[in-house]
Amino acid sequence: MSQGKLKPEELARINYQPPAKGWMDPDVEFRKGTWCYGAVPDTLKYLDLPLPKKWQPSDADWQLPPNWKQIIFEGMRERLQRFRTFKVFMDICVRCGACADKCHFYIGSGDPKNMPVLRAELLRSVYRREFTKAGKIMGKMVGARDLDEKVLKEWFYYFYQCTECRRCSVYCPYGIDTAEITMMGRELLNLLGLSIEWVNTPLANCFRTGNHLGIQPHGFKDSLDFAADELSDLTGVPIKVPINEKGHEILFVTPSADYFASPHYFTLLGYLALFHEIGLDYTFSSFASEGGNFGLFHSHEMIKRLNAKIYAEARRLGVKWILGGECGHMWRVLHQYMDTMNGPADFLQMPKSPLTGTVFNNAASTKMVHISEFTADLIRHGKLKLDPSRNDHWKATFHDSCNPARCMGLFEEPRYIMRRVMNHYYEMPEDTIREQTFCCGSGSGLGTDENMENRLRGGLPRANAVKHVRDSKGANILICMCAIDKATLPPLLEYWVPGMEVGGVHELVGNALVMKGEKERDTDLRGQPLVKPAKEVQDAA
Amino acid sequence: MPPDFRKIVFGLVIFLILVTLPLWTNLLRGTAPLEDPEISTRDVPGKDRCVREAEYMKANHMDLLNEWRETVVRDGERGFVTVDGRHFDRSLDRTCMDCHNKQEVFCDRCHNALAVSPYCWDCHIGARETKDGSTALR
Amino acid sequence: MTFGFSLFVVALLIAIPALGAAAGGHAFWGVVIPYAALAIFLAGFTARILGWARVPVPFRIPTAGGQQKSLDWIKSSRLDNPHSAWGTIGRMALEILCFRSLFRNTRVELREGPKLAYGSSKWLWAAALAFHYAFLVVFLRHFKYFVEPTPAWVTAIQGLDGFFQVGLPVLYVTDALLLGAVAFLLGRRLLDARVRYISHAADYFPLLLIAAIAVTGVLMRYFFKVDLLGVKQLAVGLLSLQPVVPEGVGAMFFVHLFLVSSLIVYLPFSKLMHLGGVFLSPTRNLPNDNRMRRHVNPWNYPVKVHTYEEYEEEFHEVMKAAGLPLDKEKSCPKAS
Repeated sequence: MSQGKLKPEELARINYQPPAKGWMDPDVEFRKGTWCYGAVPDTLKYLDLPLPKKWQPSDADWQLPPNWKQIIFEGMRERLQRFRTFKVFMDICVRCGACADKCHFYIGSGDPKNMPVLRAELLRSVYRREFTKAGKIMGKMVGARDLDEKVLKEWFYYFYQCTECRRCSVYCPYGIDTAEITMMGRELLNLLGLSIEWVNTPLANCFRTGNHLGIQPHGFKDSLDFAADELSDLTGVPIKVPINEKGHEILFVTPSADYFASPHYFTLLGYLALFHEIGLDYTFSSFASEGGNFGLFHSHEMIKRLNAKIYAEARRLGVKWILGGECGHMWRVLHQYMDTMNGPADFLQMPKSPLTGTVFNNAASTKMVHISEFTADLIRHGKLKLDPSRNDHWKATFHDSCNPARCMGLFEEPRYIMRRVMNHYYEMPEDTIREQTFCCGSGSGLGTDENMENRLRGGLPRANAVKHVRDSKGANILICMCAIDKATLPPLLEYWVPGMEVGGVHELVGNALVMKGEKERDTDLRGQPLVKPAKEVQDAA
Repeated sequence: MPPDFRKIVFGLVIFLILVTLPLWTNLLRGTAPLEDPEISTRDVPGKDRCVREAEYMKANHMDLLNEWRETVVRDGERGFVTVDGRHFDRSLDRTCMDCHNKQEVFCDRCHNALAVSPYCWDCHIGARETKDGSTALR
Repeated sequence: MTFGFSLFVVALLIAIPALGAAAGGHAFWGVVIPYAALAIFLAGFTARILGWARVPVPFRIPTAGGQQKSLDWIKSSRLDNPHSAWGTIGRMALEILCFRSLFRNTRVELREGPKLAYGSSKWLWAAALAFHYAFLVVFLRHFKYFVEPTPAWVTAIQGLDGFFQVGLPVLYVTDALLLGAVAFLLGRRLLDARVRYISHAADYFPLLLIAAIAVTGVLMRYFFKVDLLGVKQLAVGLLSLQPVVPEGVGAMFFVHLFLVSSLIVYLPFSKLMHLGGVFLSPTRNLPNDNRMRRHVNPWNYPVKVHTYEEYEEEFHEVMKAAGLPLDKEKSCPKAS
């Protein structure tokens, strides 16, 4: 980590003064710490993607085919005919600048090309030149420029410096969505075999094994069995986890990090405890063992190729409906793409909570319910016995993950749950939560170690808001509902806000859940001792 | 065509109708004639020319009237001397409308056509032509 | 440089008709030019909208600006995150009539610490709103030149606009607002380093052009008076397809008319098409009801997937060993 030497106060010295030279002459320097490794050729081959090669973005020669410009222009033409978003967003930006300081990468780096407007202009300038009369005739005066290798490198650099978090689109008077632009930019780069390792390797793994780490079915089962055993030890309640079993009511899909990574794992324990306690008739699937969809960071086609597994597995296993775990980009795909791409899900039934009878009309077509909707409904109907004091060692604040926030509007469900499973809950400043939430800085495939400087910069606004709650309220844990958050916020907070832990909503639920037949609980799901109630402490004294 | 194509075309047609509304109004309803004003002076002994030349008056009569009003009302100064030394009373009724005695064709025709509603007539009662050609108060 | 270029072009657009109309040929400046401009505007605008309309919206990707509609007891944000057609219409109305999204604008400041502070920043919103509404009212007021007799609503708008009865002719509030807002928007582009950095000539030019239109209009009203009855005769003639060219309409009018013609010719080929585009933005004009109602993608082509059968085939051994249920029982001679 090159930034290892840079102290937070040094990294936070940010110059927002744009350079004197205009932006239209590209000059990208692939500085260590600000880019991700190039995709490995084997992964491209496995997925039948074009032009696999051994390559790094820092190479001078990108081994482009001789007709590469034609490939790009054809790709643009095709997308301009397929996506109204792309065409309209290329045409109507007035460069009012409202989006400029909404981007976490701009706030954290001061690099003017991280202003969403300029990120889009990188593509727009070429669009104007190639596809509009004004651009052909007037050139630079109307913001048009020729495509060349330098421009292409600039595309790569900045389209992999956008986490597709959509914060800018909230403020844009025309709803221009930079995520859409970045997705198009990345799709065009893919046509030349230019992608990053941390997108393509997970893609190949997901495609083959069902999860992004490439864990094979038996490894998956081992992990879940291990979690069930550990949970049994913690609670004294014997717990079993059904996998690939047919004939259950519900298929449960969650990001694979939940059973392989920490602190995701404690959220998994929370799900398992909850499902056991309410006697949920459900099954995991090893085939559809990854809710997270790395295709979103690659191309629309790849989203569909990976997402197809979920409905296919629901059909094969004969479930009635699907429940989804805590994840960010997974839910963007499930909410906004799955039904359109791989539906209609007419072989499934209207989701209905077996305990409360609540019919989830909001998922009438997709037939997939978010676990926080499901749990909030359980709590609302008094179906769970909860002891919020078991979370008294936590003072929590909540990070709205970009995708559930700005693609769904999932704000109140997790908050309702947290306020009932714990006693100490605080909000971050309002400009940094809900639809205005800040990205972790590592989404959309950018959460790699070699990209750490950018991640720390991009994560500054989020971390800074967390710091505010830590300093003013004594918060000690940041709760979130996204696998990428859970993976990337710990190093981010360690750098900017030392001493903050990261956890999930259902980890807190699992802590507070009073289970039938449980032994006296003296630790939380992490094995940390519980804070004894004041009365007991007194009694002991 | 995308399913919302018809909706968009419908919206577009509405827009095109709205921006060309004056055209449709004129073509379907017709337009009233837009006639030039009549100078409509009657011969008044001793007043053979206007207080200023016609070109000036056409464009700037409101400034002159405004100046007259303020001079009379605020300073009580009624006497007005033209650049070529002729003397007049600063009076809409007794000077201007003494000669220009047809308000309808001299004043109102333009004002109406251009939707100007001068506040002259808030106080002044205006003038019309009588049978003998003199000006009478309305 | 880009600003200078825009300034130069606008100066040219003033000089050409000023010199041209002074030399005569009023039929050209007063009839041919505006007819040609109007035709290009209507055709260009239509072509652009149809160009967008022909492209499908493959996915429903509204930006959620508030709480979703889920459980009955959680209040959803009907306008910022609508799930119904009416809610979406409401959201679009707020967006188009009140610039809802721009109203959210904030400004970030990095302080010592480091501490990021966010403040509400409504200036851009206020200036944009003032600019657009002033422009609209000014345009509507001009209807008094377009039809005869003047409709009562035009007289009413004009009366309201000149309500304060300042000056003679009465000052229109919208004239002042329009010029003030243009000055703010232009000043912001020039003085704010960040906005200057992102500005093209294509951003300065329309502002300068509109400023020139407003200024020539104001000049005609107060300083270089033209024969307004002649102007109206010309305008009504044009708009009833019976063009007349009255004598003696001042050259300033032809400058004004030429600038307006330039604006409407420029509009369909520029960023000013946000006028139409704002209605077509898929992140705003669709309800967030993805899980309730299926959105159909017309070009949803089949893709290569990895089927469960292929998966079980590949991992049969390990799945069997782990005791996972299998669809196909294969004979596995080497299995112990």
